[in-house]
Amino acid sequence: MVQIKRLQEDGIDTLAIIGEIDASSSIELDMSIAKSVGEGFKKILVDCSSLEYISSAGLGVFMSYIEEFKDKKINMVMFGLNEKVANNFSILGLADLLHICTTKEEAKQLVNELSV
Amino acid sequence: MRAKALIRITFLGAFIAWLVLIFSDVTILFSDIRGLNPDIPLWLPRFMFDLYVLGLFIYYKFKIEKEEGLNFTDLLWRVFATGLVVTVVSLGLRLVLFLLGDTTLASNILFTDVVYHINLALFLGFLMAAFTSWKRLILYQKSKWLIRIWNVFEFTLLFALLYDSLNSGTNGTLSTIIALLLGGLGLVLTANMKWVAYLNFKQKWTSLLLLLLAFFYLGYFFYTTTRLADSIAIQSVSFLDFREHTFSLSIFAFVIVYSLFSFLVILFNLPTSSVFEQKLEEVVNFQRISRSIQTEQNEESVYNILLESSVSSVFADAAWLEIRSVSQEDRLFTYEITEPEARAIQDHVFNNKIKGALDQGADKTKNLSKHLGLLKGARFRSLLSFPIMVKGESIGTLAILKELPDGFNKEMTRVISTFANQAGISIENFRLLEEAFQNERYKEELKIAKTVQKSLLPEKLESNDDFEIAAFSQSADEVGGDYYDTIRINEHKVALIIADVSGKGTTAAFHMSQMKGIFHSLAQQELDPHEFMVRANQALVFCLERGSFISAIYFVVDSQKKEITYCRAGHCPVLYYRSALNKIEYLKDKGAALGMVKNKTYCNMIDVYRIDYKTDDVMVLYTDGITEANDAKGEEFGYDNLGHTILEVKDKGAKEIQEHLIAKLYEYSGTDDINDDFTTMIVRFK
Repeated sequence: MVQIKRLQEDGIDTLAIIGEIDASSSIELDMSIAKSVGEGFKKILVDCSSLEYISSAGLGVFMSYIEEFKDKKINMVMFGLNEKVANNFSILGLADLLHICTTKEEAKQLVNELSV
Repeated sequence: MRAKALIRITFLGAFIAWLVLIFSDVTILFSDIRGLNPDIPLWLPRFMFDLYVLGLFIYYKFKIEKEEGLNFTDLLWRVFATGLVVTVVSLGLRLVLFLLGDTTLASNILFTDVVYHINLALFLGFLMAAFTSWKRLILYQKSKWLIRIWNVFEFTLLFALLYDSLNSGTNGTLSTIIALLLGGLGLVLTANMKWVAYLNFKQKWTSLLLLLLAFFYLGYFFYTTTRLADSIAIQSVSFLDFREHTFSLSIFAFVIVYSLFSFLVILFNLPTSSVFEQKLEEVVNFQRISRSIQTEQNEESVYNILLESSVSSVFADAAWLEIRSVSQEDRLFTYEITEPEARAIQDHVFNNKIKGALDQGADKTKNLSKHLGLLKGARFRSLLSFPIMVKGESIGTLAILKELPDGFNKEMTRVISTFANQAGISIENFRLLEEAFQNERYKEELKIAKTVQKSLLPEKLESNDDFEIAAFSQSADEVGGDYYDTIRINEHKVALIIADVSGKGTTAAFHMSQMKGIFHSLAQQELDPHEFMVRANQALVFCLERGSFISAIYFVVDSQKKEITYCRAGHCPVLYYRSALNKIEYLKDKGAALGMVKNKTYCNMIDVYRIDYKTDDVMVLYTDGITEANDAKGEEFGYDNLGHTILEVKDKGAKEIQEHLIAKLYEYSGTDDINDDFTTMIVRFK
């Protein structure tokens, strides 16, 4: 079960993921990101501090946006990943493809820098 | 065959009895006129008459009573046809008499007696035919009591017949009692007119006509025989006068009374017959809807039957049915109305802000006729809307239209409400059935996919003097996407692969087969691991759907150089036990999974690593199902546990290490049913 909360401030769309992302709940994550992209946000933050587990299908969702973000010049930064989740990202080699920070402040700074 | 023979025998018997009857009656009459003593007993004609009647009774019992497949009008038709035949014969006889004119023969009393007997026989033939038919009609919906009464009636008639043959004249007390008894029973029986209700309008008219003609025959014969009997009676009374025959009179009275009652009942039922027909139609339509779920192939047929039945049950002119669903567009089924017309009315209702009628919120039947009056150019003036409920939710609305204003009454509304409810149930059942079928099909498909997947894994793994390999793979209830394989590249090189397709189910199994194809085609080309991964990625990046990827590690074990080269593409890090150091380590190298990014970038995202292996080194390959296996508290097995487990059996053979690991895993999870895919491949160097 997962719950995704969206919060918009200063032109940044923050998605807070609460719970676990497995094959079935990954659809919800996909829809949230698609919505944010559809609304025209160029800066997206993903708050993973309450993300307890992510399966390969969930990782696949982030991965599937990499090309699209590049084309549309959208920057996405993730932050607050717990050790297990971060490990999953790095094993897959996604750590090099995505921007990952520790705190929200860092993430904000990074997303603003990238968008310049 | 037996029945046919019996019919012939009784007919013949009746005929012979009748001949004897004429002969004896004429002889007695002749003797009486001449003042002679007849040589034959006086009771003979009466007895023969009884035999004739009994013969007729049995004959019609087989001919009419036992015959199947006769409906009510057929029965009446039989009576009519019999009447027609006997009347024509009688009229023919009249013609002959007329042609004879005033000859001596014509005025001869004996000749008159013969003519009288012919007419009487025809008359009784008709009466018996009518009697048997009426019996069938009366006993149409029989009860125990009705059958008893009828049996008493029939036996009384038989008794009357016997009595008649013993005594002549209807003046005795006994004959009065018999007449009264027969009259009473007859009246009780004539009250059974249930069959009339089952006639439709047309059949009622036909029945009336046939009955009317039957009256004519009865009247004609009664008149003819009475006149003939009168003309004989003037000269002599020593002949068989049917007017002194209780049986004949009783049966005549019964036939005429029942015919009269039937006629009147049918006549008075005529105006209401349309109501009965409508009720019957409702029942039939109702059945059609109920049965449609079993016989029809799709929901559309159920909808169409609902439309047809509703329209025909309330004599409406048109109807439409709108089905709403979340996944599909709204569908409109129409009957005798075009879609634009229906849409126009819907828009009109919507524009008039009438809520809860034709929209999703509809929950009860509504009469919208008054709103329709405002719509210009519409041919319909009455409109009823009904919600179709499935599982307490409105899935659509049924609208019934009439061209007449105020065309619907309460009764009609009730009928269609019932239809709508029944349709809802039918559709619900239909959907449940469909779901069950679908589930069954998915299960079957999964079974096939699972078999296919199993067959993709190798039965035998490569080995040589330098190493031995043991592997184990288990997939969850669903089809998994774990893959491992080995292939000999040349004399001293063997390629190994372990891969995990993201997601589960049939698609994962298909991707797994793609991976197998790639492995087998690329590995044989002696590519170095980097090139292997780049090419595999190139092949996969366009094959996999968005969001899918494959994590893999590809090894080339060279027994000549005693080295392993490998590339890790996003797969779980290899666990390597170095015997020299008696230590385990995870080879966490750089490398992104296959199928995620296009090739230009991918080249730089992957590297080749090299290990020199020594004797007694152990390499453990696995998928995330192993490290992510949960115990009862939801804690993962993890990398540390995996390392410890391997250390416990580091000196054993590959097969034993693998068995120990799997045993430990089950022990850890505390269940026999780990609901995930997990695969391990142990390579032990010698």
